[in-house]
Amino acid sequence: MSRMWAIVEREMRRFRRSPILIVVSMVFPLVQLIVLGYAFGGNVKHLKLAIVDQDHSLPAVRVRELAQAVSAGAHTLDLIDYADEGQAVTDLRNGRINGVLTIPPDFSRRVLRKDAPNVALIADNTDNVVSAAMAASLTSMLAAYGAPPTMVRRPAAAALDIVEVYPYIPYIQYLLPGSIVMSIFMMVMIGGGIIFIDDKARGLHEGYLVTPITKLELIAGFNVSGTIKAVLAGFVIMLIGSLIAGVPNPFDGFRIMRLAVVIVITAFALISMMFLLMVRVSDPLMPRAIFGVLNTVLYFPSGAVYPQQGFPAWMQAIAVVDPFTYAVHAFKSLLLKNTGFDAISGDLLYLFVFSTVAMTAATLLFKRTL
Amino acid sequence: MTNAIEVREIVKRFGNFTAVDGVSFAVEEGEIFGLLGPNGAGKSTLIRMLVTLLPPTAGTALVSGFNVVTQADQVRRAIGVIPQAMTSDLELSVEENLIIYAKLYGVPRDTRTRLIHELLESVELLQWKDKQVKHLSGGMRRRVEIARGLVHEPRVFFLDEPTTGLDPVSRTAVWEMLQRIKSQRKLTILITTHYMDEADRLCDRIAIVDHGKLVALDSPLTLKASIPVTNVLEASFAAPPSDWDARLRQLPGVDQVVRHENVFRLSSGNGPATTLAMMEAAAAAHVTVTSLSVQSTTLDDVFVHYTGRALRDTLQEASVTDSPFMIRRR
Repeated sequence: MSRMWAIVEREMRRFRRSPILIVVSMVFPLVQLIVLGYAFGGNVKHLKLAIVDQDHSLPAVRVRELAQAVSAGAHTLDLIDYADEGQAVTDLRNGRINGVLTIPPDFSRRVLRKDAPNVALIADNTDNVVSAAMAASLTSMLAAYGAPPTMVRRPAAAALDIVEVYPYIPYIQYLLPGSIVMSIFMMVMIGGGIIFIDDKARGLHEGYLVTPITKLELIAGFNVSGTIKAVLAGFVIMLIGSLIAGVPNPFDGFRIMRLAVVIVITAFALISMMFLLMVRVSDPLMPRAIFGVLNTVLYFPSGAVYPQQGFPAWMQAIAVVDPFTYAVHAFKSLLLKNTGFDAISGDLLYLFVFSTVAMTAATLLFKRTL
Repeated sequence: MTNAIEVREIVKRFGNFTAVDGVSFAVEEGEIFGLLGPNGAGKSTLIRMLVTLLPPTAGTALVSGFNVVTQADQVRRAIGVIPQAMTSDLELSVEENLIIYAKLYGVPRDTRTRLIHELLESVELLQWKDKQVKHLSGGMRRRVEIARGLVHEPRVFFLDEPTTGLDPVSRTAVWEMLQRIKSQRKLTILITTHYMDEADRLCDRIAIVDHGKLVALDSPLTLKASIPVTNVLEASFAAPPSDWDARLRQLPGVDQVVRHENVFRLSSGNGPATTLAMMEAAAAAHVTVTSLSVQSTTLDDVFVHYTGRALRDTLQEASVTDSPFMIRRR
């Protein structure tokens, strides 16, 4: 296997002299972590809500006072008084406001008669997140409106008590496992796939093919060198990302050791997959063209940004074979729950089997001639 | 003398296109053998079959006694190859390029160190050994590759157009280097080239390939003697008489005379006889010869004689190895 190490040595010497490659493969996952983490991580605030009070009675004033309390407290709502409901709806359609709360003229009479007093929310449902946040905020507000002034000593209705096992996990921490896998994938594609095909196109592989190196030595050499590069990228993003996302005890030695194992096996799985995809490719445009597609197909179904339970069946089927799924799950277990190997043994087994199958197939498909 | 390379009726087809069509030849040990041919003649395909990069469609080829198909690994150990494209690693230093290839060939560490030093000395790159290849000129890069191809002491050395794209000084340097290395080592060299002067100067024997077939094979001298002679005499005279071109046309062997002021260009089928007769005629007419040059048959004439003058601009089926990065020279 000394010839395999010659390939590794060559790749590592080249890698050391291309620092830009290291930077490029790490910048994207970090930027994505920070931007997506903060963009999706916070609560929706300052939604513009028009209030059209057509009743002007005491119960209507109370509704407005509660809305002002929500506005002043959680800042979910910014209230704007409208006299004309038609104008409010026009402004809603034009995007100047996010919703219209109408207190109808008979509201106080129905309150007094206890005859299902309703207020109406006209919401801009082109943005589901905004309309859902506004509806949730007003629903809880109206629940407070209908609640009795004093607590019932022994309530008859069943209630749910929620106990959270782990401290609050901000969204940026939830995204971190996916970003680590992404950085490994970026290095695999840029430092592995693209360089491999570019070298092939420049005729560098002709130089290898006229030596007595075997197919296995050649593929293993590329795989090992690609794994080393990807491990480096994954490890750096894991450390920097943990600090940015505020993962508790980011330098816990035992956890870092377990993370390192997952990084290594993930890198090996992804580089094996990449060589299997590229083994018969000779056009340098091909890896660049499939880079984005592959990234989307592997990253999003993995559960890195959204729970897989919300996916349609076809996407769940992709997730089952997607190595990202198992890598993301393993990183989530270690980073967010600080589990041991027991919780991730299934992930490691899948990634190991995946690597073995992919590398064997790549070796069999590799052509020793031009 | 045994043969370093033996090629028997070798054929290579890419779909319906036949790149090499039943070529046979043998190269003796220690010989420098040139493969000449126009673009698309099949030279590179032929060399790629011999270095195990392409499997032949039919026929056999033995290199250093090993079959290129059934004993490919033994062939690879016996040969050094300089492909058409510059394939050295630009980011690595000169010495690192050689070290990596020595390791790929399994050269032991002590032999490796000695060999690399000797080779770098031979190609005059010892002082540049720590420089990254990307900082070297095209000629220097070619010399790195020549050294790299010899790092495991091969018995047969294949060079596919090693001087294409180099300036005349670098080309001459590469020729001298090859001749020096050849004199130092027991090496058989097979070289493809477009440059006739290169083939004339370097090669013991030359094979001319056209349309995938071998059309001529012999030493440069014999090949030159094998085609109808056409010498060109170019002479200038001080104050020649007005009918001087008519008188020159009467000289033995002269086919054509072209006059440009006092300079006369004579095409002759017998250069020596025409030269002698012209000098005698000038002396008899009291005309002073101010300059005289005689151009004999060159390999260019041989090449054109055997391959014709038609430009090879017809479209060929792209080879599987063609790529956007490489400009293939066939």
